[in-house]
Amino acid sequence: MIDSLKAPWPWYIAGAIIGLIVPLLLIIGNKTFGLSSNLRHICAACFPANIKFFKYNWKNEIWNLFFVVGIIIGAFIATHYLSNPNAIVINEKLKLTLTNLGVTDFQNLMPSELFSLNSLSSIRGFVLMVVGGFLVGFGTRYANGCTSGHAIMGLSNLQWPSLVATICFMLGGFIMTNFILPFILQYN
Amino acid sequence: MPMSNHTQPMNDNKLDETSACINHSEKKEAGFSLLKYTFIGMLFGIVFVKAEIISWFRIQEMFKFQSFHMYGVIGTAVTVGIISVAIIKKYNIKTIKGEKIIIVPKPFTKGQIYGSLLFGLGWAMTGACPGPIFAQIGAGLMSGFVIFASALLGTWTYGFFQEKLPH
Repeated sequence: MIDSLKAPWPWYIAGAIIGLIVPLLLIIGNKTFGLSSNLRHICAACFPANIKFFKYNWKNEIWNLFFVVGIIIGAFIATHYLSNPNAIVINEKLKLTLTNLGVTDFQNLMPSELFSLNSLSSIRGFVLMVVGGFLVGFGTRYANGCTSGHAIMGLSNLQWPSLVATICFMLGGFIMTNFILPFILQYN
Repeated sequence: MPMSNHTQPMNDNKLDETSACINHSEKKEAGFSLLKYTFIGMLFGIVFVKAEIISWFRIQEMFKFQSFHMYGVIGTAVTVGIISVAIIKKYNIKTIKGEKIIIVPKPFTKGQIYGSLLFGLGWAMTGACPGPIFAQIGAGLMSGFVIFASALLGTWTYGFFQEKLPH
């Protein structure tokens, strides 16, 4: 039992659990699933700076911050007590592409050459973490939602604007991974 | 069949409405009552790590069409979500406190196109959408803290320039 919990979970289990969070949040508290709004709530709580966008009663949304604390605790538990004893399985073609670009750490969830505090001083590490993170925060707010709010919650409610948003996330990701990232990764 | 129970008027307050992440419950919740969200979040955090959704490699494979995994996760989640919401609407299921369940649709703005494209770029760079950023922090990955701080700055910057941006 514990062994099968420790192995990576298949997509259908993960997908089903994530999908069930939609009705669960609706039924226990009339809450719509959406995670990027937490970044806004944290800004509103900590750095409102008299900006109109951050002047609202963020305390009314505190349930979502409780949800996020749960994510942090859950990820901690999974990492410390249920972690996969084996190296992550990665597509061989991707390994080859990355190896040619100087990324060779295929042990864990993130390659340490790109995502560690040391790599922050390399151009590619800085661009991926700092510029990438900025785009996630800026883009999700501009789009009024992220993968959870649009792709999962919005599509679950058959909202066409969420379909437009989802197609655009995928397009942006496709362009970055296939056409821009190979250049960024050269600058280490 | 109408797509939802609500239609949102598009008016001068469009920006306020599109950007609101509104809580529709009239009931106030506090203290221990909020912990139920933490428990659901924990389940979610475990899934993020165990299904390797927080892995940069899985996101690269997705955008290179080299693995079905992430498509399977998102596809299953959306399918389960659609069926669940349809059941809630058809049988008019109420919340545990007896409230009518309300889902206010997000109105369309051009910002969803520009913002989503920018977010897509960032998602492929960091390998993390906002949920997994928090999971990376819980998993003890230092990159999670850096990405989180940058994402906060990005959100703040959006708030600062919001009224000047095309929507």
